[in-house]
Amino acid sequence: MGKKLVVETKDLTKRYDGTTVVDHLNLHVAENEVFGLLGPNGAGKTTTILMLLGLTEPTSGSARVYGFDSTREPLKVKRLAGYLPEKVGFYDNLTARENLRFITDLNNISYAESNRQIEQILEAVGIADMADKTVNKFSRGMKQRLGIADVLIKKPKVAFLDEPTAGLDPEGINQVLDLIANLSKMGTTIVLSSHRLYEVQRVCHSIGILSKGKMVVEGSLDELGRKALAEGHYRIEVETAEPSPQLVKIINKIAGVRKVETKGNMLQITTDSDLRAEISKAVVQSGVALIQVKIHEFSLDDIYMKYFHEG
Amino acid sequence: MTTILRKELADYFTSIRCFILFLLVFVASGVALYAAYYGIRGPISEPGPIFVKLFTTGKENIPSLVTFIALLVPLIGIALGFDAINSERSSGTLNRILSQPIYRDNVINGKFLAGIVTLSIMIGATMLIVAGYGLMMIGVPPTTEEIIRLFIYFISAIIYGAFWMGLAILFSILFRSLAISLLCPLAIWILLGNPIYNPYISFIVPAVSNSIGTQLMIARISPYFLFQEATMVLLIPVWRGWGLLTTTTTGSMLPNPLPLDQSLLIVWPQLTSLICLTVICFAISYVVFMRQEIRAT
Repeated sequence: MGKKLVVETKDLTKRYDGTTVVDHLNLHVAENEVFGLLGPNGAGKTTTILMLLGLTEPTSGSARVYGFDSTREPLKVKRLAGYLPEKVGFYDNLTARENLRFITDLNNISYAESNRQIEQILEAVGIADMADKTVNKFSRGMKQRLGIADVLIKKPKVAFLDEPTAGLDPEGINQVLDLIANLSKMGTTIVLSSHRLYEVQRVCHSIGILSKGKMVVEGSLDELGRKALAEGHYRIEVETAEPSPQLVKIINKIAGVRKVETKGNMLQITTDSDLRAEISKAVVQSGVALIQVKIHEFSLDDIYMKYFHEG
Repeated sequence: MTTILRKELADYFTSIRCFILFLLVFVASGVALYAAYYGIRGPISEPGPIFVKLFTTGKENIPSLVTFIALLVPLIGIALGFDAINSERSSGTLNRILSQPIYRDNVINGKFLAGIVTLSIMIGATMLIVAGYGLMMIGVPPTTEEIIRLFIYFISAIIYGAFWMGLAILFSILFRSLAISLLCPLAIWILLGNPIYNPYISFIVPAVSNSIGTQLMIARISPYFLFQEATMVLLIPVWRGWGLLTTTTTGSMLPNPLPLDQSLLIVWPQLTSLICLTVICFAISYVVFMRQEIRAT
């Protein structure tokens, strides 16, 4: 790896009245990465983020953001980090611009500078035309975008986004995900929590799956899939007109093939590497009509279901 | 902190709530002025400085300005404070503010200060209106001593209001529901601070003890009673306070007004107690708020 760690937790634990919400969590997020914190409701995602920001004190263990201890130096962390709460709230009686201005004031950004930035950011999130309308006239989607503007305005080095797409329609989700992807291109490290798999799959470079406060698995997406479902192997599916036991034998002889299973017309082959070329050659040579060969891509769904069935 | 103070003040001054409170306060001062004008023109009952009588004289059924202030100031305090923290919590803005690089106490300090500023403006405006119109009506200018008395009264009214606001803020920190955080301080106000019919002073205190001394001691738990005593001593210089002298001695005394320093001497314990109650209220709010965790819901 060798990359600089932005977020690092060591045995981070939080207990509320006897129930352990976050349990010895070790989390590592490298610089310039989009990290997805996945887990069902109540897995401890929000609590983890709150502890990283120093808003909640951990029962034991430590959380560090850019090397600053979140519990002891929360102000330094808050200067570097932006936070989008799950249920983002604005002052309804103020306009979008005034709401953002309040944040720039709290961050000691000068008036002239903040004027420029607010314009720019409202443009970027696509609600520039609503700048002077009071927030109570905003739809859920617009509020969410304003929430992202609210994070961007302080130019954070790391942004914690808690369920950034909750309650949005598909179009809104797409726009928010695009914004997140852009943010990461501009050099912001992002930690986002979600229970929606495909979103995480779309924008995140690596993910961590939380279940009952424990980190079940952590790593990059394809790494995870192989590790989780095929114990580090590839899985290739071959569909033929009529599979025969001889074919199975032939395939079994190819170097690197571990296991061949027959399911109707499908052969599921577990291999050490991507052997699609070799396998299709063997099938064609054996005289059986080949319909398709594909490598099984592990979707997050598979990974997710596996862990939650186990958990 | 100035940012939060500024924002809170802007909120207050643009809110309908404050508009209604201002309206209420101005109507009260108008009524009190009317009462004082006709009250003063009647047969003069007590000697002493005339100008402060504008504030303490009522007419038959219409109460004086100080009664109005004693009635309204706690209500204004409660109205300004009861949703200070829990409305921010429920609207999700508290998390947003606390994730900014500011100290947590800035939030509560800013809110408290903004409330005190609003309260001061309301009380100050009322008193100035009555003083101004009163001056035109009766044509007797205030002496320096009267001005000082009125100023000290103004400060003690702010402290009294700050106590109720602090209490309301405390409940807004403790309870998430707006209804509870409004009803709790109101219930306490009805019991202890209500000048119309105060169940604590007119019922509980006499039931506990027969001796005037003890009764006074117990009655002084009520911030209303303390404020009332302070008001009387400050603005009715002839008045000597409860319990200091027996009826027989007061009866044979010449009803001369006390000089300012003597009045202050009498009222000093009341004022410090009021300040103390306010500080305690604020300190509890402060500690609870600082220790309260932001939780995932």
